[in-house]
Amino acid sequence: MACKKQTVPFSGTKEQEEALKKVIAELKDTPGALMPIMQKAQEIYGYLPIEVQTMISDETGTPLEKIYGVATFYSQFALQPKGKYKISVCLGTACYVKGSGNIFSKLEEILGITNGECTPDGKFSLDSCRCVGACGLAPVMMINDEVYGRLVPDDIPGILAKYK
Amino acid sequence: MYRSHVLVCGGTGCTSSGSPQIIEKLNEEIIKQGLQDEVAVIQTGCHGLCALGPIMIVYPDASFYSMVKVEDIPEIVSEHLLKGRVVTRLLYKETVTAAGVRALIDTDFYKKQHRVALRNCGVINPEVIDEYIGTGGYEALGKVLTEMTPDEVIQVLLDSGLRGRGGGGFPTGLKWKLAKQNDGDQKYVCCNADEGDPGAFMDRSVLEGDPHVVLEAMAIAGYAIGANQGYIYVRAEYPIAVERLQIAIKQAREYNLLGKDIFGTGFDFDIDLRLGAGAFVCGEETALMTSIEGKRGEPRPRPPFPAQKGLFGKPTILNNVETYANIPQIILNGPEWFASMGTEKSKGTKVFALGGKIHNTGLVEIPMGTTLREVIEEIGGGIPDGKKFKAAQTGGPSGGCIPAEHFDIPIDYDNLISIGSMMGSGGLIVMDEDDCMVDIAKFFLEFTVEESCGKCTPCRVGTRRMLEILTKITKGQATMEDLDKLEELCYYIKDNSLCGLGQTAPNPVLSTLRYFRDEYEAHIKEKRCPAGVCKALLSYVIDRDKCRGCTLCARTCPAGAIIGTVKNPHVIDPDKCVKCGACMEKCRFGAIYKK
Repeated sequence: MACKKQTVPFSGTKEQEEALKKVIAELKDTPGALMPIMQKAQEIYGYLPIEVQTMISDETGTPLEKIYGVATFYSQFALQPKGKYKISVCLGTACYVKGSGNIFSKLEEILGITNGECTPDGKFSLDSCRCVGACGLAPVMMINDEVYGRLVPDDIPGILAKYK
Repeated sequence: MYRSHVLVCGGTGCTSSGSPQIIEKLNEEIIKQGLQDEVAVIQTGCHGLCALGPIMIVYPDASFYSMVKVEDIPEIVSEHLLKGRVVTRLLYKETVTAAGVRALIDTDFYKKQHRVALRNCGVINPEVIDEYIGTGGYEALGKVLTEMTPDEVIQVLLDSGLRGRGGGGFPTGLKWKLAKQNDGDQKYVCCNADEGDPGAFMDRSVLEGDPHVVLEAMAIAGYAIGANQGYIYVRAEYPIAVERLQIAIKQAREYNLLGKDIFGTGFDFDIDLRLGAGAFVCGEETALMTSIEGKRGEPRPRPPFPAQKGLFGKPTILNNVETYANIPQIILNGPEWFASMGTEKSKGTKVFALGGKIHNTGLVEIPMGTTLREVIEEIGGGIPDGKKFKAAQTGGPSGGCIPAEHFDIPIDYDNLISIGSMMGSGGLIVMDEDDCMVDIAKFFLEFTVEESCGKCTPCRVGTRRMLEILTKITKGQATMEDLDKLEELCYYIKDNSLCGLGQTAPNPVLSTLRYFRDEYEAHIKEKRCPAGVCKALLSYVIDRDKCRGCTLCARTCPAGAIIGTVKNPHVIDPDKCVKCGACMEKCRFGAIYKK
């Protein structure tokens, strides 16, 4: 899902480019390598801007439109950078019936952004996700790798304050 | 030799609630007490009772500690592990009876369960292959390679009656037979671990708790159909499962249980992982294979079926994780053993992920034919807060809602379809009187609209039109003609979509229309949401007689919609009210209600 509020200019480093080239050289000949390459590329850069997609295209000989097609098909691939703190709220069924919709609205209200966007200072990005598998803790949200469970909307300001 | 083993759950649920910190503290305290040569701490897979995590079991006496906190660890170590005095206060209270501590398997949650696919979950350390081998692991592969022909293997599966656990329920043996019959220089065995159905997490638990069982079963499949390469397509959202699979594959290669010339029989088989990238449609078999090929995961028309032309155009079989988890046991115990469990057409057991408005959220494995009542009331412990059961949703976005009138129906593939739902991968979400069925149908349609891959028109456009009508209904703007249109659209999409995702997308609407039509009509005719969920149809009102004029609600209201002076009854201005419900939550006198 694209972040609509801002575009950050691409600032890849030489090291990142070398890391990417190394990955491509390793994986190039395995069948169906495009997705693993793109996943590694996203690990290296944090997202897949057109510059990175072009590099993959040049190195593998895969047409750019094909890479773009794959990048936009899967929700895991991001064309815009994420915030420093990636918030994802589970809107899977188990969390939804326990009120995760209200948690999501509360975050939208406090951060002033909606699904797939990030705050102008690049600090928080907000996404909904489908089931992190911690249904016993519903409703659940994650900030980077930290899981917060059994939430009520009033918990949100206190949790966000930890990241300010 | 250790005199005591402490098993701590390392599944995703318990990890999220802090089990890694528990393990760290345990090891620290054990060293402090000098018990490191007597007590071993082992990180296991999921025990199923996720609602009570983090979970910890102390053997040999099998004391079951639930919701363990780091602060409790010093006491458990010094009292229980050092002095042998169980800390009863911290035990799962179902195991504490007047007569003393009873075994976990005698509690309501475990009593009716029968663990086949989850056999090793919560029992062994999934990161150590020797523990898997110690519980009979890879014995089935050895038996198959040295004593059985491929046809015999397939016959055993056919006789067992095992059907695909991913949702469709296609007989596994038949799938293998078809793939074997097709000649090809190269064939593939795939495992579908792209568990996209929200609320279902049994496949993840198997991968996290017992990854080798999947590898072993895939190797058996490879031998049966004549393939030597396998792929596991696993969700990238399951980092723990991915890591344990990687460890398992590495260890299996070291032991030569994967690779060349397995057991010296000349049979070669290897497995690679492919990570999904967050597309629900990739759970559909042809889409999954397209995705492994590195393309947009769009489904292909069938025929040709994967058994003829699958991955990279070669004959392929694809089974789900839970299906594979049953196979080594079937080989070792025989098809009759497996067929002795379950109902006439659905054999064996099924794992369900209980979630929603139920006490014991978590994973349960029950013989097919267990009734919904047994699952929800006995195993699940019923509905919290004394609320009334309204419906159970099975099958995720492809399934339907089962109302109370079918509470006593034995759960199996065919019964669920006959009442308008489906088994799906086994998510079972319980809903109570506070859930609006129109809202739930809309929730699932939002999911389908977002996840539709866009290849075929009925699904891409049709589901969007359905969502628009449902949104109109929840806003009180729909007419009865809209309801007819909605129903017509359902059947059209069902009949004309390309893949399973589209064909089943209308199920949540059809099943709620079938059992809860009165709720739809209340939204349309009376502009009322009986469950009090649909915000556009609600208004919040303050009861003048109960209000003490404490002003708390007025201070809480984010919209400034509550007017009143101290010690006098307040009123809500309906034009300003944003219906967030914050006032009702805050009121100490129960004076605010929804209408």
